[in-house]
Amino acid sequence: MRSSETIGWFADIGLADRPTVGGKGGSLGELTRASIAVPPGFVVRTGAFERFLSPLEQQEPIRAKVETLGADQLEQITALSKHLRARLESAALPDDLHSELVAAHTELCGADPNSHVAVRSSATTEDAEDASFAGLQDTYLWVKDAQATLNFVRSCWASLYSVPSIAYRRKHGLPESGVAMAVVIQRMVNARTAGVMFTRSPLTGDRSVITIEGAWGLGSSVVGGEVTPDRFVIGKITGEISVREISDKHVQHLPATNGGVREVETPENLRRAPSLSDAEIVALRDIARRVERHYGRPQDIEWAVDHSGEILLLQSRPETVWSSRDRAPVATPAENPLEHVMKIFGGRR
Amino acid sequence: MVNMKATAKTKGFPLPSSLKVVPGTESLQAAYPYYMQFSKEDDERFWFYNSMHFPEPMCLFDMITAEAAYCALGSANTRVHSLPTTLGIDCRIINGRVYIGGNAVTDPAEIERRTKEFQLRAFYYYANWERLFAQWKVKMMTLIRETEALPKLELPEFEPLEHVHAGRGVASNHYILDTYQKTLEGYFRMWQHHFEFLLLGYGAYLTFFDFCKKAFPEISDQTVARMVAGIEAEIFRPDDELRRLAKCAIDLGVENQFREGVSPDEVLKSLEQLGEPGAAWLKELAVSRDPWFNINVGDGFYHNHRSWNDDLTMPFAALPGYIANAKNGVRLERQTDRLMAERKQLIADYRELLETDEERAAYDQMIELAHRVFPYVEGHKFYCEHWYTNLFFNKIREFGGLLAQKGFFAKAEDVFQLSHYELESAIVDLMTSWSNGSPPRGISRWPAIVRERKAAIAEWAKHETAPALGPVPDIIDDPAIVMLWGITRENLDAWLTAGEQPNSNEIRGFAASNGVVEGTARVVKSVDEIGRLRKGDILVCQITNPSWAPVFQNIAAAVSDIGGSMSHAAIVAREYGLPAVVGTGTATQKIKDGQRIRVDGGRGVVTLLG
Repeated sequence: MRSSETIGWFADIGLADRPTVGGKGGSLGELTRASIAVPPGFVVRTGAFERFLSPLEQQEPIRAKVETLGADQLEQITALSKHLRARLESAALPDDLHSELVAAHTELCGADPNSHVAVRSSATTEDAEDASFAGLQDTYLWVKDAQATLNFVRSCWASLYSVPSIAYRRKHGLPESGVAMAVVIQRMVNARTAGVMFTRSPLTGDRSVITIEGAWGLGSSVVGGEVTPDRFVIGKITGEISVREISDKHVQHLPATNGGVREVETPENLRRAPSLSDAEIVALRDIARRVERHYGRPQDIEWAVDHSGEILLLQSRPETVWSSRDRAPVATPAENPLEHVMKIFGGRR
Repeated sequence: MVNMKATAKTKGFPLPSSLKVVPGTESLQAAYPYYMQFSKEDDERFWFYNSMHFPEPMCLFDMITAEAAYCALGSANTRVHSLPTTLGIDCRIINGRVYIGGNAVTDPAEIERRTKEFQLRAFYYYANWERLFAQWKVKMMTLIRETEALPKLELPEFEPLEHVHAGRGVASNHYILDTYQKTLEGYFRMWQHHFEFLLLGYGAYLTFFDFCKKAFPEISDQTVARMVAGIEAEIFRPDDELRRLAKCAIDLGVENQFREGVSPDEVLKSLEQLGEPGAAWLKELAVSRDPWFNINVGDGFYHNHRSWNDDLTMPFAALPGYIANAKNGVRLERQTDRLMAERKQLIADYRELLETDEERAAYDQMIELAHRVFPYVEGHKFYCEHWYTNLFFNKIREFGGLLAQKGFFAKAEDVFQLSHYELESAIVDLMTSWSNGSPPRGISRWPAIVRERKAAIAEWAKHETAPALGPVPDIIDDPAIVMLWGITRENLDAWLTAGEQPNSNEIRGFAASNGVVEGTARVVKSVDEIGRLRKGDILVCQITNPSWAPVFQNIAAAVSDIGGSMSHAAIVAREYGLPAVVGTGTATQKIKDGQRIRVDGGRGVVTLLG
């Protein structure tokens, strides 16, 4: 099945397509194009959202109504949000859209009854570097079949009209016409180990190291802070592993039988065992370097290692904390290069 | 800047006046020069035990190394280059242990005055480094050749007839004293040469090092060192020569003569019996020996640190291993092209990570200077501490031989139990005796004294000594102390608290070479014990030494009490890819011989396992 106005397979899209595939979708496409392994998937483009929304708008205005509200009218926002979300979540998809999405889902998952997908909102207004707004969007993990998938696609769309989302847009005076939602549909990885990594030190901002945090099972335990992950620091250039902090990983997240994620106790023999081998740490570093080079700036990356040992990236976004800091240069060139030695010989440093 | 004269007296090390001379050794203690004895005023100052250079009790003669070295270091810092914030080093000895203290300049006006001088002097050196260093090598080689050419010591019954007929008019006894004085003069001069560039070299390197640590706070010391280290430095040559000889043995088909446990003498004998191929290998050996076997099994500061040339045990012990490796297809020669390309790549990769072009320009300036000075930093040791100290101690040994022959000593080595002043007096005694026909007075004096002194040194070796003395300075940034000894305020705090955590099973030091290894600790307190090391052991010593390089092919990791990431030990460990933790302060005291330990060279941590 080819990409279209409605569907964008990862291999066919990139960051330039962000207006129709959103930040998350564009990033996954970009990684795929850079030959970085990500779990396969596609984006339900904003075109699909418009096709879904326009009959609803005809029945009863949506965007115009939101724009009548002020950011401080919390009561009215709450009432409207409740109303709009109920409408969006219960509305049927137009038939042709429905069959296109089911076909794409079938192509992605095949007939495998055990295949699950993640459904993630990928907002186009989502300023990729504005974590506060990005965090307002939804993610649904371990979604079981096409029907459930479509339900969550609608939930993602409806989340555009959550109270915080509306309030945020009203506060910043964002026009509603520009508000659209793309949705990423992606095969789940049954991760043996998963976590995050930064292509600089979160502690010192050092760009010559990569910091990796990982724990057993799905990455949600690390991202959600449910477990203290193992922490590794590896030289970006040297490949030397300088820190190996193995923590007590008392719980892990696993896929639940009926979709979603369950938290279970980690078996005793694994709790204090390293969740990554040295070879995997080195492989993660190679991937991190490629991603950083591709984007030309430090990255904040989510990754997973599946049970066959394959490493997949789930997400990569620009690192924001250190990148936005102003820093005095460590040194500036001297007219006489010998002046530099006065830092050592010249007195208290 | 510094105050080595500390202000805070809240917490400190024992005062010098509280140290007691080990009972029964008082007369030896008194025999050390008066200017090296602790006195009451010394309690006001901070001192540390220089176990980096002098890890074993120093016998009287060997103290000449401390004397000559500090004399030259001080003149370079104080008078020649005018380091703005520091003068020279003071030195004391008690129970054979050498304590030293820096002499900081703290008055801002004085620092400013010295800074102006420094820029006229040191900057000239940096700017003309290559030329001055080329000149240095000529000076150093001239000195080596002069010392090699010193006359043999001879006191014939009658002055040779040709001297008489030539009307020389100066008898042989005079040349004994003359040669002795020239021998001492050469040693003092060598140390002057040694420090001509040293501090400036380290300073330029540290400038780049500091920049890297600020730009990349988590960069390891060894990575910075790798960006600067030379690929074909002299210090690698002796070991390179062994690899070459291993390959020659295979090429000539004589490799079966080299087996573990066979003494060098037996190997040499069997090669001689092999005819042509054996002779060919021995010819190659002779090529390697001059000069590359002039490397000591220590730092060259003690008379008993013999060179490979004096004792072939160490190099010959390494040959079977290198031969076996070569036969297993391991490439023996260091791949200098690859190492050079790696270094270039490393420099470029870190450069790329810098945030701005401005920082890149500063980085370029600093690394250029570091590369300019590094050949000296790496290269001088072979000429000074190895080649020359060998010549020197062997010449003194000749005096020992002559005096022993005349009844002063039981054997030549006993000469090192005399100070260089006492030795001169014994030589004058001998000259006089030769001249007047009476027996030397010393034959009834020295044998008993030597026996007593040897017993005292052996006793001192049994006693541990405090790592530092006196009040703790608020801050240490005396560039000489930091550069040469790696001593920082953090080190001292660690030393102070070491005693407070008796149950801690972790020992911390500098991360010198990456990797994690578990194994059996072999605590080697002096070079004579190297023979106890077995394959896979972890070497634990007071100071590791690059001339132990052949040992590194067998050990699994190295741990030392003293040394920074710039120590040659660290360099050799990296070269061999062995984990190493240096500068632990207390490893040889805390780790028991035979104990299982884990060495994490990337973190600088040694863990006691059982």
